[in-house]
Amino acid sequence: MPVKTLTIDGQLITSPAEQTVLDAARLHGIKIPTLCHLDGVSEVGACRLCLVEIAGSNKLAPSCLTAVAEGMAVTTNSPRLQEYRKMIVELLFAERNHVCSVCVANAHCELQDLATAVGMDHVRFEYQFPKLPVDVSHDQFGIDHNRCVMCTRCVRVCDEVEGAHTWDVAGRGHNARVITDLNQPWGDADTCTSCGKCVQACPTGALFRQGATVAEMEKDKQKLAYLVESRARRASK
Amino acid sequence: MPGNHPSGDKRFKLLDAAMKKHQFRADALLEVLHTAQELFGFLQPDLLIYIARQLKLPPSRVYGVATFYHFFSFTPKGEHSCVVCLGTACYVKGAAALQNAVEKELDVKAGQTRSDGKASVSIARCVGACGLAPVAVFDGEVAGGLTAEAAVKRVKGWLEHGSG
Ligand code: SF4
Ligand code: SF4
Ligand code: FES
Ligand code: FES
Repeated sequence: MPVKTLTIDGQLITSPAEQTVLDAARLHGIKIPTLCHLDGVSEVGACRLCLVEIAGSNKLAPSCLTAVAEGMAVTTNSPRLQEYRKMIVELLFAERNHVCSVCVANAHCELQDLATAVGMDHVRFEYQFPKLPVDVSHDQFGIDHNRCVMCTRCVRVCDEVEGAHTWDVAGRGHNARVITDLNQPWGDADTCTSCGKCVQACPTGALFRQGATVAEMEKDKQKLAYLVESRARRASK
Repeated sequence: MPGNHPSGDKRFKLLDAAMKKHQFRADALLEVLHTAQELFGFLQPDLLIYIARQLKLPPSRVYGVATFYHFFSFTPKGEHSCVVCLGTACYVKGAAALQNAVEKELDVKAGQTRSDGKASVSIARCVGACGLAPVAVFDGEVAGGLTAEAAVKRVKGWLEHGSG
C-alpha cells in the first residue's frame, strides 16, 4: 500500500495515498469541522467549512476533497480559518429560520454543534426570514425547508445508498430547494421507498420522523456508514 | 425503447425522434428539454415525467436540471412577452423600477402570465446588452436605454388591440 508522509498542524502523519486530508486528520484525532461531508457517500465540497491552509498555496483547500500528498504541510485551525468558519455558520443561520427552541432536533443538531464549535455568539448578517413550507404529506416523515442548509446529504444518500433518487435540488442560488420527484408532495413521490435514510443523513431538524419527540430525533450517522461498508464487503466477495 | 405516448399527440412523435437520435442517453437531457420546450412551448409535469421515463432518469433530476436554467418555462407563455433584465448593469440603472412599472401596467407578476393569456412578464440576468442598460426584451426585440414610461408605452398596446 503506497503511503504519503505529511504534517497536519505540525504533527507528522503517515497516511494511505488515496486518503483525503480530512480522513487523515480525523484518524489522528485532529478535528476539522464539516457539514456536507457524510461518511459513506460521495463528497460535493459545498459547505466550505472544512477548508484548510496548505503551505505553498495561497488558495484554501476543502480538506474533504483534497488527497494527501508527500511532504504536504497542512494547517487546520489558523485565526483566518476560524474567522471564515464562523462567518459561514453565521450565514447558514441567517439564510433560513433556525429557531432552535422549537426544533425537534434541538441538542441533536449538527448546525447547533458547529455554532458551538466555531464559537459563534451572534450573527453579523441580516436574517432573511424567508417564509418556507413544511411538507408532512409522507405518512412517516416530514421536511421543514426552514431548517434545510442545502448540504444535499439527503440527495446523495437516497441516490447512492438507497438507489431511489427521490431527492434532488431544484432552482438555483437563493431559490434553490431540495425537492422530491417533480417537486410534488413527498407523500406523492412514487420513487420513495420510505427507507428513512435521508432522515438519518440530515444534519439538522429539516428532515424528521413524524411524531418523534426531541429525545427520539437523535440520528445515527454510523448506521449509514456501516451499511455502505457491509455492502461493499459483500460485493467484493 | 419504443416511444409511444398514449395521447397520440404528434408532438410526442417528434420528441421521441429527438430522444432516439440521442439513443435515449441520460446525458442528452438538456438537448431533449430544449426540444420539448420548442415543441410544447413550456414544460408541464406530464411532459417531464414522460422524458424521465424515456431517459430512465429520476424525476427529481429532470426537474432539478430544468429549473436550474432560466430558459425553461413551466407555465404557458402569453401572446406577448416582456423580459426585464435585472443583471448588474441594468439593476444599477434602475431596472427594478422598469419591472414594477411593467408588472403594474400588465397586472401580472414577473414569472407569470395574465389569466387572459395576453401577456407574460419574466426577468433575466443579463441579456448581453449591458451598454444599453437598462434593457428589456419585448416580444424578442431588445430595447435599451428604457425609462419606466417608455416601457409602459411598449406594453400598453398589447392589452388594447387584442392580438395585435
Ligand atoms: S425515505 Fe429513503 S427512499 Fe424515501 S426519500 Fe428518504 S432516502 Fe429516499
Ligand atoms: S433536508 Fe437536510 S440533508 Fe437534505 S439538504 Fe436540507 S439539511 Fe441537508
Ligand atoms: S465538508 Fe468539505 S466542503 Fe463541506
Ligand atoms: S445587465 Fe442587463 S444586459 Fe447585461
